Amino acid sequence: MFAQIVWLVLRKDFTIEVRSLEIAYTTLFFAISCVLVFAFALVQEGRAPEGGAAGILWIAIAFAGTLALGRTFERERQAETLRALLLAPAARPAVYVGKLLGIIVLLLAAEVILVPLVALLFQAPLFAHPVWLALILLTGTVGFAAVGTLFAAMLVRARSRDVLLPVLLYPITVPVIIAGVRATGALLAPEVDAGVLQVWVALLVCFDVVFLTLALWTFEPLMTD
Amino acid sequence: MFATAPILIASAPYESTMGLVQKIFYVHLPSAWMFLLGAIICGIASVRYLFKGDPRQDRLAWAAAELVVLFGAITLITGPLWARKAWGVWWQWDVRLTASLMGWMVAVAYLLLRKYGGPGSDKLAAGLALFGMANVPFVYISVNYWRTIHPTTNVVPTLPTSFGVPLWFSAGTFLLLFILLLRLRVRLEEQRARVDALYLSMDA
Repeated sequence: MFAQIVWLVLRKDFTIEVRSLEIAYTTLFFAISCVLVFAFALVQEGRAPEGGAAGILWIAIAFAGTLALGRTFERERQAETLRALLLAPAARPAVYVGKLLGIIVLLLAAEVILVPLVALLFQAPLFAHPVWLALILLTGTVGFAAVGTLFAAMLVRARSRDVLLPVLLYPITVPVIIAGVRATGALLAPEVDAGVLQVWVALLVCFDVVFLTLALWTFEPLMTD
Repeated sequence: MFATAPILIASAPYESTMGLVQKIFYVHLPSAWMFLLGAIICGIASVRYLFKGDPRQDRLAWAAAELVVLFGAITLITGPLWARKAWGVWWQWDVRLTASLMGWMVAVAYLLLRKYGGPGSDKLAAGLALFGMANVPFVYISVNYWRTIHPTTNVVPTLPTSFGVPLWFSAGTFLLLFILLLRLRVRLEEQRARVDALYLSMDA
């Protein structure tokens, strides 16, 4: 039952998205322009700054993620469908998980483009350890999206929601950014220290578990008037 | 107590290496404690409001969040003033510093949300406070680990705490100030809520 609702919400979002691809295109293009801005600002005489690639990758993910989160729920609000979604005889956490999965898929798609772009523009050997990189990106994205989806859903009814989303989201997701940047940075080092990577990935997994649990637990009271 | 505290601080002995600058601690440390106390009160009150829906808890959380921002600002301003002298730099990405800064930013975000969020922002703010609380250990662990794998040459000196009497005296003063401000702020919100209720009953 739970999985079915999750699937229905996810499929609904994808059906709407596939018709226009509005969010996908704008988010991807925004992420690319973000990386390009960093390249213009930081690459001098063809040389990328030491250790900058990891940070730039994660900043681009965080910025694009914020944009996508805002847009997803803006669509629900404009069409007045959020109320319908919440009125449906379905478990609220299932609605949340459905939305969350949609965001995660979108962000992972953006990362598929971002990683080669950053590797190219900043001469970073990002593909040296693909499994580790995938693991870091996945856990980091889940953590960021878990908090972001809940906040974006909460803010749908608030005034000045566009500004408030990053204001609320970034202080809370600082551990994700630190862990993601440090782990990716460790991957880019000449000699990869597996112990360091394990600690950071473990931290990201803990963050994911704690914040997913909290979000599932608070989604119900937060979305009730 | 406000009159006596400066005299006590002035008569306290000079710390051997830092001289006059060390006296900033009589302001810095108590305000940091109040910062922490306010954050704890705000977090607990927010969780209780979120799940019980008692508006008194909400008002308490709001008042506490404002005090967190106030005392946090004092802490974050006096800290670098001391650090410049003691460590030679204004700011270190040390665990305590980073965690305090993040906590302060969450409190500022909380107030922004309450002020500009419009109707319904009270619940959202309570949710934010809950997440902010859950976040503290993560910030702590991540920054701690980050700094330990990248050791800096600038070793944080152990803090001098044995300058007892004036420190505890100013801590007591700050605590009384905290309680006073908290009560005033909660009472203000109670009266505002009562006025709102009266307006509503007049309309009906």
